Amino acid sequence: MKIHEYQAKELFRQYGIPIPDGQVAFSVDEAAATARRLGQYPVVVKAQIHAGGRGKGGGVQLADTAPSVTEVAGRILGMTLVTPQTGPAGRVVKKVLVEQGLNIEKELYLSLIPDRATAQIVVMASEAGGMDIEEVAARTPEKIIRVAVNPLAGIQPYHCREVAFGLKLSAPLIKQFIPMLQKLYQLFVDYDCSLVEINPLVITAEETVVALDAKINFDDNALFRHKDILEYRDLEEEDPREIEAAKYNLNYINLDGNVGNMVNGAGLAMATMDIIQRAGAEPANFLDVGGGASAEMVENGFKIILADENVKGILINIFGGILRCDVLAEGVVAAARKTAIKVPVVVRMEGTNVEKGREILEKSGLNLITAVDLKDAARKVAEIV
Amino acid sequence: MSIFVDHTTRVLVQGITGREGQFHTRQCIAYGTRVVAGVTPGKGGRKMDDVPVFNTVREAVDQSGANCSLIFVPPPFAADAIMEAADAEVDLIVTITEGIPVLDMMRVKNYLATRPVRLIGPNCPGIITPGVCKVGIMPGPAHKPGGPIGVISRSGTLTYEVVHQLTQQGIGQTTCIGIGGDPVNGTNFIDCLDAFQQDPDTTGIVMVGEIGGSAEEDAAEFITRHVTKPVVGFIAGLTAPPGRRMGHAGAIVSGGSGTAQGKIDALKSAGVHVCEDLGRLGELCAEVF
Repeated sequence: MKIHEYQAKELFRQYGIPIPDGQVAFSVDEAAATARRLGQYPVVVKAQIHAGGRGKGGGVQLADTAPSVTEVAGRILGMTLVTPQTGPAGRVVKKVLVEQGLNIEKELYLSLIPDRATAQIVVMASEAGGMDIEEVAARTPEKIIRVAVNPLAGIQPYHCREVAFGLKLSAPLIKQFIPMLQKLYQLFVDYDCSLVEINPLVITAEETVVALDAKINFDDNALFRHKDILEYRDLEEEDPREIEAAKYNLNYINLDGNVGNMVNGAGLAMATMDIIQRAGAEPANFLDVGGGASAEMVENGFKIILADENVKGILINIFGGILRCDVLAEGVVAAARKTAIKVPVVVRMEGTNVEKGREILEKSGLNLITAVDLKDAARKVAEIV
Repeated sequence: MSIFVDHTTRVLVQGITGREGQFHTRQCIAYGTRVVAGVTPGKGGRKMDDVPVFNTVREAVDQSGANCSLIFVPPPFAADAIMEAADAEVDLIVTITEGIPVLDMMRVKNYLATRPVRLIGPNCPGIITPGVCKVGIMPGPAHKPGGPIGVISRSGTLTYEVVHQLTQQGIGQTTCIGIGGDPVNGTNFIDCLDAFQQDPDTTGIVMVGEIGGSAEEDAAEFITRHVTKPVVGFIAGLTAPPGRRMGHAGAIVSGGSGTAQGKIDALKSAGVHVCEDLGRLGELCAEVF
């Protein structure tokens, strides 16, 4: 799960990680009031959306005077912000973070991520802050400091020293940096984060270390033990169809193509999307109805897929195994009737009683095309679009 | 022959009295697996069908001589269950549970590293030596006993599809292993490739990967150096958009790494016969093996 910068900074504040003074604003008036409270200029007005690269798209701007805060906030609030991460459609900005401006001497990069291969929490840092870290890593890997922490032992002072000396911090800065990194690690493990990133972490002219930006992602699997984080969820940042699908326990991702598909199991679902593309069409979605798959799931799946107007045909691919195909076929027929499907549906299923299942589909009188195997399914999908 | 499970495998099931646990225990027994005990804390002394249930794994191991644990415990309690099994000194732990927090699995993995135990999973269908022993939730009849092909996969139903195509071609399997779709798991591709390379009855290997992480790239490097048996590979997710988690917690292309194309290229350069059309995988295997 993703959260906004201002929410991540709320968590930073709770953990004593230094951030600039500031507040979120939902209107121009609120933005102006925050600027007045901060009492000095310039202030920074930052668009709050769940995507990076906001600065390049005009979503982060300085304001030197009170009237310019009103003007800048007015411009950013309500704008459709397009960044490399939003896609061409962009996102409408509904809130801004208004913060004090800092005298920046140097910009650093700092993040914590789990390393899947070694099962360690990795601290990544670089003197090349404020830039796209993946680019830095690709072009100048020697500029990246990587320190791995065993989660059973937790972060030790020497880990922090390694990072601090690597960043060539002065003695007074090291004294601030080490406890900050320890707190950051604590936050990471307390809240089951999948990413904590500060880009840039700045050194000010006053010799302080401050998190100018803040990005936190959480492990979805661990949200059951962080009810307070769920309060941060912003449904406006998510695809409404994906929210709807989640209500039915379906794993759905909307895509740009024209062939809807419904599959049991994530790996097979991805492979089925690939088959659609090989057949010369484009998948309209990813939809995993779960390893089991029931008639009710199929019905809900139809509803979600058909809400996408681009869908010209549907491929159902269920590898039942233990599941009985006759039961599944009856479910497909009932669901197709109930949801009044007008587009052709290719059904490929495998499992117990598969012959009986195919017979049920064929006798239904509906536009249900049976496929005997994946090769056959791909051919029939190509024919319908 | 086979790898990791055979006729000497004695299985205990953690979470045996739950809905999933009960159902799949019966399926395993029906397939011929020796399920010798179950564990559900608080339900010790009862029986699930003919299987005695214990309160702790230690007790179950002591009483039944189980050497393998199959885990169906729900995600919040799964890490605890895996470590309990490891401390009770079983040789093999197969964790079916999907949705275990990554940090829990990171701790578990580090904990298990110091013990002589193998973990398969989590978020996997389990492991089967067709005709001999099924420790998992896969459909038994899709498999063909007798070998000579070993199957390794990060996926569930996609593995059933692959195995089904092999069986349709008349190609049997020595052992089929689902290593799971989570970012942090136990046994990996390399462990399985190594074991299949050493297994005299396995003459070829099918490996099924997907987007996310670098396990397939690492496997490709291992194949180049250590695997002389022919390998057929398939990678799911060529059409997966970057930055989106495709169902499995570990299936995500992030920052340009973990792409299907990158994995396909790595496998090809390791001499793996990469199948680009899943519908033809069985045919390709018939050609290669």
